[in-house]
Amino acid sequence: MRLSSEETAMLQGEAGPAAQLAMRIVTRMADVLGAADLVEIGSAHIDGCLYHGDGGVEFAQRLVELGGATAVPATLNVGALDLLHPKRVRTGERRRKKALRQMKAYETLGCRPTWTCAPYQAGHRPRLGEHVAWGESNAVAFANSVLGARTNRYGDFMDICCALTARAPRTGLHLDERRHATAVVDLAEIAPALKTRDVFFPVLGAWLGRAAGDRVPAIAGLPDTATEDQLKALGASAASSGAVGLFHVEGVTPEAPDLATALGGKPPETVLRPSPQALREVRDALSTISSGPIHAVAVGSPHFSLREFADLDALLPSAPFAVPFYACTGRHEHQRLQADNRLSRLQDAGVQVVVDTCVVVTPVLPPEGGVLMTNSGKFAHYAPANTGYGVVYGSLEDCVASAKRGHVVRDEALWS
Amino acid sequence: MELTGRAIHPGAGRGPLLALSEPLSFWGGVDPEAGTVADPRHPDYGKALTGRVLVMERTIGSSSSSAIMLELLRLGTAPAAIVVGRPDAILSLGVLVAEELGYPTIPCLETGRAAARRLAAHSGRLAEVRDGRLRVVGEPSPG
Repeated sequence: MRLSSEETAMLQGEAGPAAQLAMRIVTRMADVLGAADLVEIGSAHIDGCLYHGDGGVEFAQRLVELGGATAVPATLNVGALDLLHPKRVRTGERRRKKALRQMKAYETLGCRPTWTCAPYQAGHRPRLGEHVAWGESNAVAFANSVLGARTNRYGDFMDICCALTARAPRTGLHLDERRHATAVVDLAEIAPALKTRDVFFPVLGAWLGRAAGDRVPAIAGLPDTATEDQLKALGASAASSGAVGLFHVEGVTPEAPDLATALGGKPPETVLRPSPQALREVRDALSTISSGPIHAVAVGSPHFSLREFADLDALLPSAPFAVPFYACTGRHEHQRLQADNRLSRLQDAGVQVVVDTCVVVTPVLPPEGGVLMTNSGKFAHYAPANTGYGVVYGSLEDCVASAKRGHVVRDEALWS
Repeated sequence: MELTGRAIHPGAGRGPLLALSEPLSFWGGVDPEAGTVADPRHPDYGKALTGRVLVMERTIGSSSSSAIMLELLRLGTAPAAIVVGRPDAILSLGVLVAEELGYPTIPCLETGRAAARRLAAHSGRLAEVRDGRLRVVGEPSPG
């Protein structure tokens, strides 16, 4: 592998022992991936701050002890605690201390305490073509697809190593030719009305994650009204059901002004035409039950944006919810909700706003268990294994209607 | 049955071969304390990974899977070896960080997808990974 003189010096410890350790990991991984050299990155988004066990705490503290400091701007993904509402997360004292120590270690390394899985809606927006090193699979999909920045899916630990060295292996989605679509997804068979609805996008994402495999898909036939929040939901769902790190939407995303450009002028390896039936099956598979009582509702994976809060606000009932209703978001949005009094209106209506973390990565849901309803493809994917809850997927409108009644209410007309 | 691949992480490991029937995200899909597949919707739900030569044609899902790999190694619940069809920068990263922290590590072998697929036929047999080679050494186990 070719290293610049600066990179070689770092590897030899001239930039300090933390940068040396980080460069050792970056070059070893570059070797695994077959990279010829490294790229300079403009920023990082760090997923390693979430407590999964003591190993992650030990690694972060090792970097702190070695005097580590980020070499590029870096934002932080969710931690295991809601630092603004300490009682919201139900956890033992030992786990709480460890989780906090891990979060603080990343702050000490120079990362910004954003604690959000939607950093792109908290002001961290790399420009088209910029190399970055991002963790968190939804953030990676968004950075690549919607912003046109260039990142691979960097796992916990690799993200901070890239931030400490300002380098990443030049491989995968950092390369022009690997960003071209190799599969076309033609949505001609899907009803136009469905394709404008928020509830469609996580379902399309869940289908895409399974159908695309390792290919970069270019989607044709989505309306150009597709919003940033819809694309965020699509990417998050595709990245949890599969390994999608980049998708193009013809006429919508920056590297796909038209299909030919997205494909790099080459014919696609395959053209996929999902049928309404196929999408309905994927929609059904997002739920483990389809009717009956629910015990909690959770929205906000990825973290709710202000626009999504406005949609929720407009649906709020006058009567209280029958079950707990959680909305997960970042502290940047929380602050803005507070500033315009929307927060108190949400709280008065019974919405518990969860900040800095979310309900599938740490214990927030009532311990009695039961059925969770969500409008998030990602929550639907991870809730059963991570929370023990059964899950039912529906639109935001369905979620609010179901929370009022305490049992599943879904508008099936869109899918029939 | 013997095949040669690329040693992504060096070392030796031996155990019953377990080829996952579908890709698995370790985060959300593996319980590091129990060392088992924890996603109830995965076809291999409940199966033990500890001590197995774990074969995955491809890896999917959360980038936090590196951290779960690290925990499996820290807690002694890890597979005996990881065999992947394609270069994998998520699980092998967990192994590399374990090495930096002085935890025990396991070999990671990349075989190509076709070879990883063929290994499924040997699930349950004793296998050994060493120096970039995989050998199926045992007979099929009854049941």
